[in-house]
Amino acid sequence: MLQFTNTALAGLVLGMIFAAFALALVLIWRSTRILNFAQAPMAVLTTYIALVMIEDGRPYWLAFVVALLAGLVLGAVLERVVIRPVEGKPDINAVILTLGLFIVFKSGAEVIFGTKLRTYPPTFGIRGIEIGDTTIGITTSDFFTIGAVIATLVLLVALFRFTDLGLKMRAAANNQEVAGLLGVKVGAMLTLGWALAAVVGSLSGLLIAAGGLVQPSYMDSIVVFGFIAAVIGGLESPAGAVVGGLLLGFSLSFVSGYLSAQLVALVALGILMTVLTLRPGGLFTATQGRRV
Amino acid sequence: MSETTTTTPSTDGATRGQQLSALWQDYPLIRHLVTAAIGLAVVIVVLTAVDDFQATKLTEMAYIAIAAGGLTLLTGLNGQISLGHGALMAFGAYTTALLYDDREVGTPLVVVVLASVLVTVLVGILIGIAAARLHGPYLAGATLTLAIAVPEIGKYFDQLGGDQGLRLFVPEIPQWATDIAYYLTGSDPSRSKYVAFLAWVTLIVVFILLANLASSRIGRRWAAVRDDEVAAELAGIDLTRARVSAFVVSAAAAGAAGAMFALAQRTVGPLGFSLNLSLTLLAIVVLGGLGSLTGAILLSGVLVFLPQIVMDLGSGADLDATRASQMATLTFGLVMVLVILLAPRGLMGGVRALGLRLRAARAGRRTPPATGGSSSSGAAPSPTTDPASPSSTAETAEPDDGSTPITTKKGTS
Repeated sequence: MLQFTNTALAGLVLGMIFAAFALALVLIWRSTRILNFAQAPMAVLTTYIALVMIEDGRPYWLAFVVALLAGLVLGAVLERVVIRPVEGKPDINAVILTLGLFIVFKSGAEVIFGTKLRTYPPTFGIRGIEIGDTTIGITTSDFFTIGAVIATLVLLVALFRFTDLGLKMRAAANNQEVAGLLGVKVGAMLTLGWALAAVVGSLSGLLIAAGGLVQPSYMDSIVVFGFIAAVIGGLESPAGAVVGGLLLGFSLSFVSGYLSAQLVALVALGILMTVLTLRPGGLFTATQGRRV
Repeated sequence: MSETTTTTPSTDGATRGQQLSALWQDYPLIRHLVTAAIGLAVVIVVLTAVDDFQATKLTEMAYIAIAAGGLTLLTGLNGQISLGHGALMAFGAYTTALLYDDREVGTPLVVVVLASVLVTVLVGILIGIAAARLHGPYLAGATLTLAIAVPEIGKYFDQLGGDQGLRLFVPEIPQWATDIAYYLTGSDPSRSKYVAFLAWVTLIVVFILLANLASSRIGRRWAAVRDDEVAAELAGIDLTRARVSAFVVSAAAAGAAGAMFALAQRTVGPLGFSLNLSLTLLAIVVLGGLGSLTGAILLSGVLVFLPQIVMDLGSGADLDATRASQMATLTFGLVMVLVILLAPRGLMGGVRALGLRLRAARAGRRTPPATGGSSSSGAAPSPTTDPASPSSTAETAEPDDGSTPITTKKGTS
C-alpha cells in the first residue's frame, strides 16, 4: 500500500513537470504553429544561469527569478531574430530550425559550462513528510513543484480568458490577417507568446533541477516525454497538456516502480501510438474539416 | 573495365556529343550506372591511397550516407519527416550482430546484409502504416519517441547484450577478394579497408536503386503526395500506399546502413543509436538540400570529417578533444540554423539553382537541349522528366524541379 501511494505521488510530481514542459510547447504551438524542439536546451541555459548565481553566493530566490527573466528575454529575442523569418514557410523549415537551435544551445551549454555533473540545491526540504509513523514519498519541494505548476496554469488561463492582452494574443494566433486589421500588433503578440512559453519552459527546467544533479543533457528525457504529453493532449489546449502530462507521469511512474525503469520509453511509445491511432490529432482536439 | 565506360561520354563530334547528351538525359538508368561505375573506380583509387584510420572514417561516412540517402527519399521526396531513422539503423545492426555472433558462422555476407534489410523492412512496414495517418508535428513526435525507445529495447533484453551490446565477428576476407586486391594494389588488403570497400559498394548499390526509384513512376507518385494530397488522390494515387512504400524503402536503406555499422564497429550496443544519430541524419538531409542524393553523400563526408578538422584547428588553439568535438557540434548546429535562414534549399539546392541559370543562359543561345547542369550524379528527379525545361527560364523551371520542396510552396529565392 505504501509503495502504491509513493509511486502515485512520484507520478503526480513527474506528471506536473511534464505538464509544465508540455504547456510551454502548447503556448508556442498555439501562437506560431511551430513546435519548439529547442525548449529543453533553452531551459538548460537559464537553469545554469541560476546555478552559477547560487554558486557565487547570491540569494536562492533571486537566482530563481533571474533565470525566469532570462527565459523571457531569450524567448523574445529568439522569436524576433530567428523564428520570424520562417513563420508562414513550410512546416519542415521550422522543425529543422528548432532542431538546429536544439543542437546549438545544447553544445553551447557544454562548451560554456562543461559536462561535469553539478548539484543544484533543492527549493525546500527534501525529506519525506511524516504522517504518524510512516514517511511518505513526497517532500516540501514536491509540494512547491505541484503548487508552482498549478499556479502557472491558473495564471495562464486567467490571462487568456479574462484580460485584454490574452484576447489579443488569441486573436493573433487564430487569424493573423484579421487580427492585424482590427488593430492588434500581431508581431508583438507572437513575440510575447514565445517569451511566455520560454518562461514556463525555464520554470520546468528549474523544477527538475532543484535538489538534483545538473549537466547540459539533464533535460534530454524531458524533451521526449514533455513532447509526448503535449502531443497526447493535442497540442492545442493547455488543459490537454496538463492531462497528457499527468497521464504520462502516472503511467511511467507505475511502470518504473512495478516493472522496470528501462521499459519507460517503450511504454511511452506505446501510449503515444495508441492515442494517435485512435485519435490522430490527440485527445483534446475538436474534429476539424480539412480545407481543400 | 570501369575505365572504358567513363571515356564514352567524351566522344568528339558535335552531333555524336548531342546524341550522347540526349541519351544521358533521357535514360536515367544509363546515367546512374555510369555515375556508379565512375564512383566505384574512385572508391578503389581512394581506398588504395588512404591509411587504415582514414579508411575507418570513410566506412563511417558510407553507412551514414546510406541511411541519409534513404531519409532523403522519405523527407525530401515524400515529405514525411522522421526523427527516428537512427533507431531503424539499430534493427539492421542488431540483426547482423545476431547472425555473426560466433567466429564459426559461415553465412555469406550478402545473405546477412539482406536479412538485416528484410528485418528493417518489416519494422518499417509496421511504423510506416502508423506514420501514414500522422501529419507534421505528430509524425515528428512519434518518430522521436521511436528514436528514444528502440535503444531501450536493446538495454532491456539480455539476449541483445543489455547495456554492453553485442560483439560480432566479421567474417574473414575471402580468398578471391585478397587476390583481386593484391592484383590491383600489390599488397594484401587490411581488414578495415575490406570493410570500407564493402560499405562503399553497398552505398553504390543502394544509391543506384534509390536514384532509379526517385526518377520512376513511384518516385513521381511520392512527390505528388508531398506536393498536394488532394490533387494526388484525385489523380488516383493511393495516399497510404505511397506513404508506406516511401517509408519502407527508406527503412530498407537504414537496414543496410545498420548492417555496415555493425561490420565497421564490431560491437552493437544501445549507445550507438542515440537521438543524436537520428537528428544528425535529418540535418544531413536538410543541409544537403532536401531530395538530393549527391548532397546526402557530400554532407555525410562533412559530418564525419568535421570533428577531425576542428580538432586539428583546435590543437593549435589549446582545445582538448572533447571541447573540439563540442565545438564541431556547435558549428554544425549553427550551420543548420543559418542554412534554413539564408539558403533554405541547402547545398545542392544552391548548386542546382546555379545549374538551372547556366542552362537557361545556354538555352537562349542554341536550340538543342543542353547537358544537365551541375547535378550530374543521379540525384532525385531532375528536370529531364519535364519536356519544357530546356527552353524555359530558370524561374519557370524551378517549380518543376521536384527536389526542392522547401521552396515549392512559397517560392523564396
